[in-house]
Amino acid sequence: MNLTLHIWRQENAKAKGRFETYKVENISPDCSFLEMLDILNEKLTNDHIAHPVCFDNDCREGICGMCGLYINGRPHGNDDGVTTCQLHMRHFNDGDEIWIEPWRAKPFPVIRDLVVDRTAFDKIIQAGGYISATTGGVPDANSILIPKHKADQAMDAAECIGCGACVAACKNASAMLFVSAKVSHLALLPQGKPEAQDRVKKMVCKMDELGFGACTNTYACEAECPKQIKRQNIARLNREWICSALGRDRKEK
Amino acid sequence: MTLDSKIPEGPIAEKWTNYKAHQKLVNPANKRKLDIIVVGTGLAGGAAAASLGALGFHVDVFCIQDSPRRAHSIAAQGGINAAKNYQNDGDSIYRLFYDTIKGGDYRAREANVYRLAEVSGNIIDQCVAQGVPFARDYSGMLDNRSFGGAQVSRTFYARGQTGQQLLLGAYSALSREVARGTVTLHERHEMLDLVIIPDKEGKPRARGIIARNLVTGEIERYAAHAVVVASGGYGNLFYLSTNAMGSNVSAAWACHRKGAFFANPCYVQIHPTCIPVHGDYQSKLTLMSESLRNDGRIWVPKKKEDAEAIRRGEKKGKDIPEEERDYYLERRYPAFGNLVPRDVASRAAKERCDAGYGVGTGLAVFLDFSEAINRLGKDVVKQRYGNLFQMYQKIVDDDPYETPMMIYPAVHYTMGGLWVDYELQTTIPGLFAAGEANFSDHGANRLGASALMQGLSDGYFVLPYTLQNYLADQIYVGKITSDTPEFDKAEQDVRERINKLLEIGHKNENGTERLTVDHFHKALGHIMWEYCGMARSEESLKIAMEKVVELEAEFWQKVTVPGNNEEFNPELEKALRLADYFELARLVITDAQHRKESCGGHFRIESQTEDGETLRDDEHFMYVAAWEYKGHDVTEEMHKEDLHYEAIHIAKRNYK
Repeated sequence: MNLTLHIWRQENAKAKGRFETYKVENISPDCSFLEMLDILNEKLTNDHIAHPVCFDNDCREGICGMCGLYINGRPHGNDDGVTTCQLHMRHFNDGDEIWIEPWRAKPFPVIRDLVVDRTAFDKIIQAGGYISATTGGVPDANSILIPKHKADQAMDAAECIGCGACVAACKNASAMLFVSAKVSHLALLPQGKPEAQDRVKKMVCKMDELGFGACTNTYACEAECPKQIKRQNIARLNREWICSALGRDRKEK
Repeated sequence: MTLDSKIPEGPIAEKWTNYKAHQKLVNPANKRKLDIIVVGTGLAGGAAAASLGALGFHVDVFCIQDSPRRAHSIAAQGGINAAKNYQNDGDSIYRLFYDTIKGGDYRAREANVYRLAEVSGNIIDQCVAQGVPFARDYSGMLDNRSFGGAQVSRTFYARGQTGQQLLLGAYSALSREVARGTVTLHERHEMLDLVIIPDKEGKPRARGIIARNLVTGEIERYAAHAVVVASGGYGNLFYLSTNAMGSNVSAAWACHRKGAFFANPCYVQIHPTCIPVHGDYQSKLTLMSESLRNDGRIWVPKKKEDAEAIRRGEKKGKDIPEEERDYYLERRYPAFGNLVPRDVASRAAKERCDAGYGVGTGLAVFLDFSEAINRLGKDVVKQRYGNLFQMYQKIVDDDPYETPMMIYPAVHYTMGGLWVDYELQTTIPGLFAAGEANFSDHGANRLGASALMQGLSDGYFVLPYTLQNYLADQIYVGKITSDTPEFDKAEQDVRERINKLLEIGHKNENGTERLTVDHFHKALGHIMWEYCGMARSEESLKIAMEKVVELEAEFWQKVTVPGNNEEFNPELEKALRLADYFELARLVITDAQHRKESCGGHFRIESQTEDGETLRDDEHFMYVAAWEYKGHDVTEEMHKEDLHYEAIHIAKRNYK
């Protein structure tokens, strides 16, 4: 198939960006979206047209969370439940025009072209997205019993790959789905309970501080999440947040 | 130089205990005065950095991705082995140790493997404490599944995303240390050289690294009392592999150029169950977890006519009646069936396809779940393998619940790596290597679900001890500074390498013949796969060497690297990595040429039994080949570490 691509080009964080138009020809429908961009880059270099288009990618099997393109107005494109690297060209038609942009959110500044800086997510995790288990000196794994449905729910939340599609999809650039997935994963497990109240407070405050917006319950995040993380996690976060504000389990004021 | 593996005295089951009882320690107040560099944030690097930080050392940790959570350990699907014997099926530390040595075709170091089996249970405890949501049964206890090369169920798993969950566990522990201030993160940074500074007695010691900031292109210096390299394997040498696009050998290779020996480079694991190659634009191969072989059955048609009809698209897999199917693994290896180790399963698939029974493009076999779906029901199969089936469907556009999957072997893991002793220290004092980047535990073939075990064992439970033993007397050295002639020189070398590549690139940018880095990488991968892949011979290796030398010369004349150093420039990153792959390719071929026996993943067609199994030559080759770098154009020098088996009786590796 032959395609016309409108791609966001921006030399660095400070440069002014713009769309550039390129054409690619004879693309196989079995080709992945990123392989299509590889073909474009080969052409841009060989024909001396422009610097290859920069885009983040690594595992190319949908698990590392490195890739993420805003394709025709949708994070990770028009197939549900996949990352950009797993999107295949069979979801497009011959002659299509495709608009390709980076994630657009203030806490994710552009590094170059389609590459953005997502270290804000790491900072949120550093604020409390963990269980403080120092290496060694932990109990036998089977001494902590976890009902299967709880373990499954925790796993559902833990599947988040931290790609940032939820932020890109949200009109407020809120990171609620990302934060709530981690809060839920840990709050559902007995190991995570002791720190649960502190955790939710610290993570939400950090999210606000980094400039992510508020959640207004439109659930665009859930619709676009490549791992189909559920919005129920946001409800669980809110519950944890309220408990923490009331200090229900805490003796000190 | 003689290789001293520093194996502790005593019976095998007591070695590690004895080591820990007598090793040197660093007092808590002194730990924060000691700096450690960790390169890589996968299971080994991430776990090491987190654990060392928790002990109180100051750690600088580096990754090439935008976050430590993206290291390629994340893509491991099936599970992690541990000798917990929760199933009461006869597992023990000894049995895991034995299976691993046998799986590695008696080419791994006994003492290291025993320690690995010994700490395997602690890993599961640690991960559960961190909140890793392993699969559980209805009683709330942990569940297990089976993997290749074992007759017990000892594999712990989190759906088909075990690597992801374990890595997120290590990443969360690492994040906690970042918050506490013991660990400093350097994301989007790539190590390009190792800095060695002699101490007062003139003994060379690893004292730091040169790293390139991938966002700005700045060349930066980092000094420390010790350096840990946990930068993964070199499977991308073959271009098409199950590795991530960015996985590379360069950090390990920089150490090798500076004097660290590189061991057993020819031991490359070809994984039997990957989605087959379908086009020349393809950038990577996707693995379908080995866990699928728990319930999936591998077959090709018994009749060539049927195979040909399937290839022409006239028949489908489900049109072939049961009695016309050749379940060749079950036929050849009745004791282990579909769960033979990876190297055995891969060669068997190649044998059938080469004989003309392949399906799809001719280079594929069926992995069939129809029997499992009939026996267990679709829901159970979906629960066990749902995400893998979905992944297959998204890539191939075919429903594996209805028609059998098609699979073919692909490069997956590299058992070879930097030579390390029992303490995981390389031949350069103060330089340690962990995880896939070292060579020590898997011999000539790794068993499924053992990579995660080894990475976490090295990171959580080995390095925190052995590094202390090294660092105990380093407190007298004081702060290491990067303002030394050795750092000047290393930085200068890095700049020259970069400039050399850019100059060729700029010259060619205006010329008529412009060849991209990917062009050369694909060509190199093709040579390695064809002539130094699943089956190797004296003749094919000779061809491989000639072709690699020729291609490498062309690379240094014709490669195009657009742009400059002082910017975000992925093409430059790839060019630097490929330059190292060329040197490595020659070493892999040299190693394969010298090892005139077949063992594990290394199959020399001159050395096989009558029924096509690997034929080891213990009399001549029961050693680790550790290679010393002698210069860009010089053949490397081999050093031998003889392998001694005291706790295990050496036998022919038999899965029949």
